[in-house]
Amino acid sequence: MLLQRLLSHDRGGQILLVLLLAVMVLVPVLNLAVPADSPFHLSTTTVTLLGKYLCYALLALALDLIWGYCGILSLGHAAFFGLGGYAMGMYLMRQIGDRGVYGNAELPDFMVFLNWQELPWYWLGFDQFWFAALMVVLVPGLLAGIFGYLAFRSRVTGVYLSIITQALTVALMLAFELNSMGFGGTNGLTDFKEILGAPITADSTRVALCVASALMLALAYLLCRAIVTSRYGRIVLALRDAESRTRFCGYKVEHFKLWLFVFSAVLAAIAGALYVPQVGIINPGEFKPLNSIELVVWVAVGGRATLYGAVAGAFSVNYAKTWLTSVYPEAWLFALGALFVLVTLFLPKGLVGVVATLRQARADGSLQRNWQRLASRFGVPTKGEQP
Amino acid sequence: MTERIPLLHRNALPLLALLLWCGAGLATAEPAIDTATPAPSVEAAANASPAPHPALALIGGSFNARAAAARQLASSGEPQAVAILEALLGGQLYGGGEPPQLVIKQGSAFSDALSGAALAELPTGARKIPVNNSLRGQLRDLLATLSLRHSDPQVRRDAALRLLGNAADGRYQPLLAELLTSEQHPEVRQALLLVQALGQLGSGSEQQQAVAVDTLADSLQPEIRNALEVLASADGASADGNPTLAAAARTAADAIDARIQRFQLLENIFFGLSLGSVLLLAAIGLAITFGVMGVINMAHGELIMIGAYTTYSIQLLLPNHISLALLLSIPAAFVVSGLVGIAIERGIIRHLYGRPLETLLATFGVSLILQQAVRSIYSPLNRAVSSPEWLSGSWQINPVFALTWNRLYILFFALAVFAALWLVLKHTRLGLQVRAVAQNRGMARAIGVRASRVDALTFGLGSGIAGVAGVALSQLTNVGPNLGQDYIIDSFLVVVFGGVGNLWGTLVGAFGLGIINKFLEPWAGAMLAKILVLIAIILFIQKRPRGLFPQKGRAAEG
Amino acid sequence: MNMKRIASGIAAAGLASGLTLASWMAQAEETIKVGILHSLSGTMAISETTLKDTMLMLIDEQNKKGGLLGKKLEPVVVDPASNWPLFAEKTRELLTKDKVAAIFGCWTSVSRKSVLPVVEELNGLLFYPVQYEGEESSRNVFYTGAAPNQQAIPAVDYLMNDVGVKRWVLAGTDYVYPRTTNKILEAYLLAKGVAKEDILINYTPFGHSDWQNIVADIKRFGSAGKKTAVVSTINGDANVPFYRELANQGISAEAIPVVAFSVGEEELSGLDAKPLVGHLAAWNYFMSVEDPANAAFIKQWQAFTKNPKRVSNDPMEAHYIGFNMWVKAVEKAGTTDTDKVAEAIIGVKVPNLSGGTSEMLANHHITKPVLIGEIQEDGQFQTVWQTEGLVPGDAWSDFLEGSKDIVADWTAPIKCGNYNSKTKVCSGQNF
Repeated sequence: MLLQRLLSHDRGGQILLVLLLAVMVLVPVLNLAVPADSPFHLSTTTVTLLGKYLCYALLALALDLIWGYCGILSLGHAAFFGLGGYAMGMYLMRQIGDRGVYGNAELPDFMVFLNWQELPWYWLGFDQFWFAALMVVLVPGLLAGIFGYLAFRSRVTGVYLSIITQALTVALMLAFELNSMGFGGTNGLTDFKEILGAPITADSTRVALCVASALMLALAYLLCRAIVTSRYGRIVLALRDAESRTRFCGYKVEHFKLWLFVFSAVLAAIAGALYVPQVGIINPGEFKPLNSIELVVWVAVGGRATLYGAVAGAFSVNYAKTWLTSVYPEAWLFALGALFVLVTLFLPKGLVGVVATLRQARADGSLQRNWQRLASRFGVPTKGEQP
Repeated sequence: MTERIPLLHRNALPLLALLLWCGAGLATAEPAIDTATPAPSVEAAANASPAPHPALALIGGSFNARAAAARQLASSGEPQAVAILEALLGGQLYGGGEPPQLVIKQGSAFSDALSGAALAELPTGARKIPVNNSLRGQLRDLLATLSLRHSDPQVRRDAALRLLGNAADGRYQPLLAELLTSEQHPEVRQALLLVQALGQLGSGSEQQQAVAVDTLADSLQPEIRNALEVLASADGASADGNPTLAAAARTAADAIDARIQRFQLLENIFFGLSLGSVLLLAAIGLAITFGVMGVINMAHGELIMIGAYTTYSIQLLLPNHISLALLLSIPAAFVVSGLVGIAIERGIIRHLYGRPLETLLATFGVSLILQQAVRSIYSPLNRAVSSPEWLSGSWQINPVFALTWNRLYILFFALAVFAALWLVLKHTRLGLQVRAVAQNRGMARAIGVRASRVDALTFGLGSGIAGVAGVALSQLTNVGPNLGQDYIIDSFLVVVFGGVGNLWGTLVGAFGLGIINKFLEPWAGAMLAKILVLIAIILFIQKRPRGLFPQKGRAAEG
Repeated sequence: MNMKRIASGIAAAGLASGLTLASWMAQAEETIKVGILHSLSGTMAISETTLKDTMLMLIDEQNKKGGLLGKKLEPVVVDPASNWPLFAEKTRELLTKDKVAAIFGCWTSVSRKSVLPVVEELNGLLFYPVQYEGEESSRNVFYTGAAPNQQAIPAVDYLMNDVGVKRWVLAGTDYVYPRTTNKILEAYLLAKGVAKEDILINYTPFGHSDWQNIVADIKRFGSAGKKTAVVSTINGDANVPFYRELANQGISAEAIPVVAFSVGEEELSGLDAKPLVGHLAAWNYFMSVEDPANAAFIKQWQAFTKNPKRVSNDPMEAHYIGFNMWVKAVEKAGTTDTDKVAEAIIGVKVPNLSGGTSEMLANHHITKPVLIGEIQEDGQFQTVWQTEGLVPGDAWSDFLEGSKDIVADWTAPIKCGNYNSKTKVCSGQNF
């Protein structure tokens, strides 16, 4: 069947999907059904953290699709993530209704105290979930479409493209920081109460959001996989490796790039929309250029052009960050910085590249040799213990 | 040029502090002075000796009492008055002890303020006599009236111009008339005449007013413009007004406005050039490492930061020679940042040639490490870097147009760095090798260029220049761990806008962006101007995908 | 899909629940944990690191005095890295994993806003030590910094009455605190009869470093013949280039004084204070205040940081007050239980460092003196004016249209952070 076709020859993808399935099943059971004092209980904190990581993973997947497979290094992908988040945030904001601190049913709190008289037109419709959901997809998709159309048509490539995507996200950050824009300025949108009628802080809502993120990630993975294994995907790969040659073969390179870019932007936006209710706030900090660069680092650490590698990278870097900021609050940046340097120097294919190398080695019997080489590089004693 | 600076500097302060008397000085201080009793120490001194020095009243009491004492001292005709008031203004006057003594501190030496005798140490019980804003303003005014007969014409002129702030009610007219009989120096005379005319404009007869309008028509001083404006609008409106006079005042005020407008335009161009020079300095090192070598160096900002911290460190080593420390910092920062750059190149980037995007990741890691290293070594707080005297203040070309010295110097400095770099690249052996390796690495190696050595030196050169930029930035902004972050994106934008691999592009790009920004800012606001510039760059790149000055030929398809 | 893979999936889930196990074990220890949530890296580290050290010192000192309720206090330091979502994540971690009794933290408004839903959901306690825009009163947050009426309004009163300022420049960084403060100040000034054309409002981005034309505008605005002052809500890093430009363009403090709400001793220690002499700042504490408690605090601080030149500042004092209030409330309640402590802390009085006694009010703000100081050459302030007594913090400004009818009162019978005194409705509560 289709699933089989997509996942054959994709060991990483199989593992990923099993894990995601486990999350979808185990998270509700362990959090909601298992009593809180049991050692097997999964705390809501962990669920929220897991949900957040899943959103980051989806974002990383979106970037890997265009960077790994199409060679478009976007240094502004967090912009689409942020836009999706804002669309969702606006819906959540409207759901507050008259339960805001000023009890104003018409206006969000930040508009009340800055003396806004009426809701700006672009806020209209966001009280409906379907409209907000549409906007989550439409606004970033449209922006990516216009931006991509202009950029790819005039053959902006490589570093130039990276830098103007960076300029895009900086411009958006500054624009959203403007209080007069009506998006809550630097504080952004917060104080959410409920989503689709369910209280946003309830355990069941959090579990549902976490499961939805896992589901979305699984679907997105399959979609991306479908794209890269299709005929379309092969052309994309071709144009990554030899753009001019592909163009001379008669393919409209711009179209392929554009559609992939838009699709990737939409995935990023959906990640943002799932992220906001779990974190409880969306603000222009999400557009920070550093966020986009960090995102690139996740993908690189995990391993480019593997899709599952991006997911692994997002999880490992973010977990490292969570862990290090608590354990070594003073020195964690050294560790993180060193990690980036070492990964680029010694693991050009990322973390999943190591696994692949080992598997390859085991297959052809050269594991012992390779392991010794790897180990000596890291200064690990080579007692011959296999990982 | 340096010889004139102190003059100009002294010139600027009184001019711009003119407004003080209009508000607080009179409103709050005056009533208090009327009721102020002499400070207790004065009474004590009066009992002890028949002629207490009026200056001793400065020691105790409130700020208002001190102001009254200063006034009394100024009008007493005491020969020491000017020195004492100046010391008080500069925070160098100490007082107290038993019997009360006034002491002037100069550097680390003390002298008795009344007798001028040198003292070995500060008398016990003597403390610094505090001053506040209102008192400072009054002291400056008192010093101005006392300095009208100073031997230095520049001081006399400054003093006269300072009177402008209070001259409108005609209070100085007798004094001015007397001074004008003896004053010979043309510039000082002119200043005195201006003050006199302003007094006549406000309080003289109609004929005097008409003459005054004529005299004042060419002046740019804001006080004069305001006075003309008042005359123009008030006389026109009231029944007893003189329409002719009002019309004349209106014409004069409008003419002044038109001139001010022209100077504003000039000022704006200067602001744009200055911003451009900062961008140029920040970006020019990147134009080498990124533009010539193709390394996406995310640690570039931190190399600038290292330059700024080098400046700070050298200033710590030479706390009493600020100018010298700053000048020494330029080569030192070049060397320190250059060495760090070479270390980065040898340690990391060397392994990544041919994988430009991966240099981004590795150097991003390096930038995190360098930032946190600075936080650990120097603390996360900003560090204070002082500016030498010749970099503070401004070159006051006329009352509405001044160029700040630090920005002017940095503008020239940026151009000098650019010129030096250009010469190095075009006219030295290293430059030739750098260009050769950048254009065709294989061919360059084949003819005997040691490419890896050239790579290291090129990267070191770019990094060193980033360090030099840090020295300049330390004179404008914070020296702190975030310094690099603030400039990295702008630097990349400038290089890309100008065209990667083209130094001239970087130059034009930097100044272009600076000027565009400064012309957008007045009507769009600082926030929106920045956004508009970014959008403009995005659209510009669509039009010219390889920047302002694209690289041509074989190297272009990198 | 073989068993091995499923097993690995379970193992991964088990890894995650390891966090839960860790928190189980934590309960067994006999300490009271105190969370310290200040950025140690990123853009805000510059201000917040000091507060982390202050808290460590205060906790250390309390332990030397025998701890609290017979137990030792244990600081839990985390680094939210100036990243707002990370603030929320770390708060959740502190409250559920470390089970801290109280959190002392945050600096920017947006970090507080990120943390707010989490402390309300998990019913924690947050002590927030920085002056802020007001318009908030949460059951779980105690605001020990100044509300606008404890900083901005007294400063404007001083300039208007004592300095005779007639023309006003309200310059700020474009974020919520300056926006709100300037809104309040504008309404206040207009109510005091200042004409609209005598007020110039200007906003700049974060970290703005090129002030040339804004300063030139201020200079022009100030040359209209009326005494002019600048009320600055310019944030952190943008201040150094701003003051440098002011000085270089020849605007002295006597001509156009600048009164700042975000420039304190620590910011001054990072820049050359010479060009700033005479400019003003409004705070609730100055290091230069002559008071035995303050002298002792400074001595202790300099010893703790092993730096005899280390300065103290207003947010540090706010933590000092907040921490002592919490300690007193815990002692009074006999437990660290959030609800009991939150009830006990209202009305608690502790000495502040400027010679008075601050009280925690029913609206979760505290009473503070307001001091106006002129910057001296050594980077210290010389107090030129101060309020007669202490000013109670007002959560909801009386000068904003939307909030003038709203009051906060966490005592019975109202028990509400935003109670509309006209409609008698308590809105916007999350429980």
